[in-house]
Amino acid sequence: MNPTIAMITFRAMLGRKRALLLLGLPLLLLVLSVILRATGNNDLDLSAHVLQNFGLATLLPLLALIAGTGVIAPEIDDGQIMYVLTKPIPREVIVVTKLVVAIVLVTIFAVVPTLLAGLVLVGTTAQVTPAFTIGILVGGITYSAVFVALGVLSRNAVTIGLLYALVWETLLGSFAPGAKSASVQQWSLSVADALTDASMVTSTVGLPVAVTLLVVVALAATFLATFRLRSLPVASAE
Amino acid sequence: MTERSESGGAGGRPPAENMSSELVLENVSRWYGNVVAVNGVSMKVGPGVTGLLGPNGAGKSTLIHMMGGFLAPSSGTVTLDGTPIWQNPGAYRKLGLVPERESAYDFLTGEQFILAMAKLHKLPDPAAAARRAIGLVEMDYAAGRPIGNYSKGMKQRIKMASALVHDPPVLLLDEPFNGMDPRQRLQLMDLIRRMAEEGRTILFSSHILEEVERLASHIEVIVAGRHAASGDFRKIRRLMTDRPHVFLVRSSDDRRLAAAVIADGSARSVQLTDKGLQVEAVDFQRFTWLLPRVSRDADVRLWEVSPSDESLESVFSYLVAR
Repeated sequence: MNPTIAMITFRAMLGRKRALLLLGLPLLLLVLSVILRATGNNDLDLSAHVLQNFGLATLLPLLALIAGTGVIAPEIDDGQIMYVLTKPIPREVIVVTKLVVAIVLVTIFAVVPTLLAGLVLVGTTAQVTPAFTIGILVGGITYSAVFVALGVLSRNAVTIGLLYALVWETLLGSFAPGAKSASVQQWSLSVADALTDASMVTSTVGLPVAVTLLVVVALAATFLATFRLRSLPVASAE
Repeated sequence: MTERSESGGAGGRPPAENMSSELVLENVSRWYGNVVAVNGVSMKVGPGVTGLLGPNGAGKSTLIHMMGGFLAPSSGTVTLDGTPIWQNPGAYRKLGLVPERESAYDFLTGEQFILAMAKLHKLPDPAAAARRAIGLVEMDYAAGRPIGNYSKGMKQRIKMASALVHDPPVLLLDEPFNGMDPRQRLQLMDLIRRMAEEGRTILFSSHILEEVERLASHIEVIVAGRHAASGDFRKIRRLMTDRPHVFLVRSSDDRRLAAAVIADGSARSVQLTDKGLQVEAVDFQRFTWLLPRVSRDADVRLWEVSPSDESLESVFSYLVAR
């Protein structure tokens, strides 16, 4: 963890318009929750549905995608990464710092809003709110690691990430049960499932497998990103 | 190859012992798929200013990227004082790099940027190092402004400060004068000379002979990825003027002039084209002196005499083919 790299990354992420982009979705979730509660539509079923489909399946992957790729990909594209790479800093420190910044951003813009939305909707009934908060937090860590790695590995990180989140996890998951099990979303849901008594929250993946995969994928992605950053080809002007 | 002229160029006085560092390239090649960008280049870059001269696309940036540890040589080695640079972040304690691309962190002020760079180097007193580096490039007056609002010359100088903040013995600059106005150019040349006088090893790339000639005590010429020539600027100049020159000559009677030029023997070949006579002169000086006499004697009026291959590319291709 390098505080200077973290400072520069936070400023790049939160400066200018990108902060608004990060704020849009969580605000929408909160507004929706307030409206549902005000109109009396906040029974347990519907609330869990909102937290799962809006919070865990939409807000989380999109925010993690913006944060995870945003902390490193634009810097590589614009060549500013040179200023960090030309320092006697081990590459894993750079990757871990970027990852920590991404996780902090996901916490601020996805985990906390979900917690607030849950509290507005159902309070702590049946542990639904804490379950989803923790599910989204652990999922956010793995998503961030995957998207940071993607940002280092590919110049089309955002596109690939979107295809993964939308096509693989959401669309393909509803047709092919196999694909459904190989998704960060299902693993996070499995964690939430284990923490709540609400019967409508179910995952296709068992808890031990889900936790193992969350950890293994996060570590593998971080190693891959570090390895790649060691020999990052810099686009030549010629 | 490492011989340096004592008086020529701007290398200045001998380097201080503690500063002197040497970059060594041994048979370095780099290819992208089937395209060879750099082909078997060997050179030693020592203290003083070395100019890396070559036309655009010759492979200068690829070479600098390899010297800066940003690109693995496909074959051969690049070492700094005996240690390979590739995948060795520790080498950056001794190395400062000024990339060609303009972008710095535009949202930071000059001062914040340089201070951040000093901290990334883990210098004992980053604030003092940042102040010193900003002072060196004379950017104190604008240090409080965001880099995004800087002019091109100011950006170049703040990038220079970022490369100097840890006082490295080796400095690599990729096309540092691109897009600078004449005043900024002079200021930067001055700064580079001062840095070299302190015993630093400085290498900069350029495609403009005059720039290199004014600043570098030693010149390495790269053409089409190959190491074409090496020496001080007098040697490079001589290589360039001693080669056969091709002139395009238009006159009142091209045929008669062709016969006269051939008979005189100062040209190797003469070709009649629809644009005029294409003459390949053996001796540049002799030919330019003789041509008016020959044409006068032959009673031919000269309308135009122009060198037809003065582009840097053609000059350099001659050096490569040599």
